[in-house]
Amino acid sequence: MPRPVRFNINADVKLVKEGPEGYMGEGFFATGFDKVVGLARKNSIWPLPFATSCCGIEFMATMGSHYDLARFGSERVGFSPRQCDLLMVMGTIAKKMGPVVKQVYLQMAEPRWVIAVGACASSGGIFDTYSVLQGIDQVVPVDVYVPGCPPRPEAILDGVMKIQDLVGKEELRRRTSERYKGLLESYGIQ
Amino acid sequence: MSLTNEKIKEKLVGKFGDQVGNFEESFGMLSFSAPKDMNLKVLQFLYDEPDLSFRFLTDLCAVHYPDKHDAELEVVYHLHNLKDNVRLRFRVSTPVSNPDLFTATKLFESANWMERETYDFYGVNFLGHPNLVRILNVDEMDYFPMRKEFPLEDQTRIDKDDDMFGR
Repeated sequence: MPRPVRFNINADVKLVKEGPEGYMGEGFFATGFDKVVGLARKNSIWPLPFATSCCGIEFMATMGSHYDLARFGSERVGFSPRQCDLLMVMGTIAKKMGPVVKQVYLQMAEPRWVIAVGACASSGGIFDTYSVLQGIDQVVPVDVYVPGCPPRPEAILDGVMKIQDLVGKEELRRRTSERYKGLLESYGIQ
Repeated sequence: MSLTNEKIKEKLVGKFGDQVGNFEESFGMLSFSAPKDMNLKVLQFLYDEPDLSFRFLTDLCAVHYPDKHDAELEVVYHLHNLKDNVRLRFRVSTPVSNPDLFTATKLFESANWMERETYDFYGVNFLGHPNLVRILNVDEMDYFPMRKEFPLEDQTRIDKDDDMFGR
């Protein structure tokens, strides 16, 4: 006897067809190279958590089974900057910590992205004081800011998905462009 | 209890006369002050005297009193007699224009980092200190952040609206 379906019988659940525009036929699919690369990159981001305070605790909840960042292809949290794509700075960064953040950023290989999680990493937060860096964007370029003090795991997930969006849509030539070089130069990198 | 605050006061006055003064007792803890060039003599006396033997430096810090003319900076030594379990506070004032003071590192090894911290935040210049450089703040800092004339907020940023941040 088949098991009766009891839950969500009226829900309109469909398989999401996620894929770039292209030509499809019997046994082949043709699309732009950058789109394929973007698709591969955005669904296999390796985050590098740089957690210094309470936002790091929220990130631990985000990594846990309840919120589960692994659903978005970021299962593997790396603690080696050389292998990671996404620097997640979570928590207050004191001025003395600034060079450490910058060094970790420099050790990451291109392409690399940075997400500032929480008010402190984004702007110094409540620590408007002589010893605290007023936002990590004074030291490294930041792609996505997540507000909150601390942000809820949903907010961190939203930030990661915004990063995925950026990664997926990034031009292949962006990292060699003059504009990007100028951005890095404004931070004294290269 | 063998060592009482009265006894300590008696000994100090007997040795240094009216050079030590401002005796106070708050919450049972003796506190007194001396001229700034006397600080090592007083500490040495408190250390060496067998009945006193204050041989543990619990804390060393400074206070900034901007309104006290020619005594703006006050360095406070917290001493502990471990034998009788008696503590006391010893205060020395120095003008902010000439914040020189003899170092206590020859007497207490623990004074080394505490004096560096006091220098870092208040700019007290400890003469004879083996390595008087900043310990907690960034090396590039060009002021002493705990002095009252410097606002607590980071003055380097321009994107915060003064009205919103209560400046």
